[in-house]
Amino acid sequence: MEGDLAHIGAGLAAIGSGAAAIGVGNVAGNFLSGALRNPSAAGGQTATLFIGIAFAEALGIFSFLVALLLMFAV
Amino acid sequence: MATEAHGEEGGLSFHPMDQFIVKPLFGGDTIHWYTPTNVTLWMAITVLAIFALLVLGTRGRAVIPTRIQSVAEMAYGFIYKMVEDVAGKDAIKFFPYIMTLFMFIVMANFLGLIPTAFTTTSHFAVTLVMALAVFITVTVTGFVVNGTKFLGLFWVSSAPLALRPILAIIEVISYFVRPVSHFIRLAGNLMAGHAVIKVFAGFAQVTVVAPLAVAAITAMYGLEVLVAFIQAYVFTILTCVYLHDALHPSH
Repeated sequence: MEGDLAHIGAGLAAIGSGAAAIGVGNVAGNFLSGALRNPSAAGGQTATLFIGIAFAEALGIFSFLVALLLMFAV
Repeated sequence: MATEAHGEEGGLSFHPMDQFIVKPLFGGDTIHWYTPTNVTLWMAITVLAIFALLVLGTRGRAVIPTRIQSVAEMAYGFIYKMVEDVAGKDAIKFFPYIMTLFMFIVMANFLGLIPTAFTTTSHFAVTLVMALAVFITVTVTGFVVNGTKFLGLFWVSSAPLALRPILAIIEVISYFVRPVSHFIRLAGNLMAGHAVIKVFAGFAQVTVVAPLAVAAITAMYGLEVLVAFIQAYVFTILTCVYLHDALHPSH
């Protein structure tokens, strides 16, 4: 049955979420370590922080999309 | 495959993705372009809620603002500052458009968090139209304001000459992928969050893990409130970033 293979593929695609988690954690962690060194400059960089997080997260959302397509469209 | 999960022995009595089904409001199954559906209803509620907040809420024009008026003023000031800081002072003429986008998305996200409500922004069709509108606006603005100099966005003049054609290809691809990630991010985040809550709700039917599942739903709900705001913020700020690129294309 091809349905079973699609489910395995969807599970494999979920690994991408973990990779996106690493990316988002990297961005936020580096922002925090920079912000604690120079707290006065941190306030102006929150927009950059969110843009960075959004870009890192988008690829995780892509893998979620692949999983959804495998579950419901294939 | 979504229908297979129904009525299976020991399976979920509802499917986590059922909440995203578009249904006609007044019975029937066929959906035409004019059929009022639950999407229509919740979009109308969203628009009415924004009207109530921004128009009726600020009607008093009090010097000492009421609570609703201060929320409306805060939203206005927040977006105005974002457009000014991120997109630049000359992008202020786009402020009404960006404010509309932000208010619609944030209100639709928050209203979608009400139990049994329908989240309009969790549908790719809805966010696709918004992202495409942004993409077309940005591209047209870029060409109108800068003329052919807008193509300099793809020609990285600070890079070595040999690298520039390769970089140009990458820049063009990334320019056309931007609207894709723009719309998938918003809808994907909301759909994923709402589906996760429903999956935990499915576990709550099993007596042994029910307390744990209810606690998990509560925690996820708290996270979703945060996500609802952050995703609206991210969508708007990316619109500002793209606008900035269109108005100042030099690298």
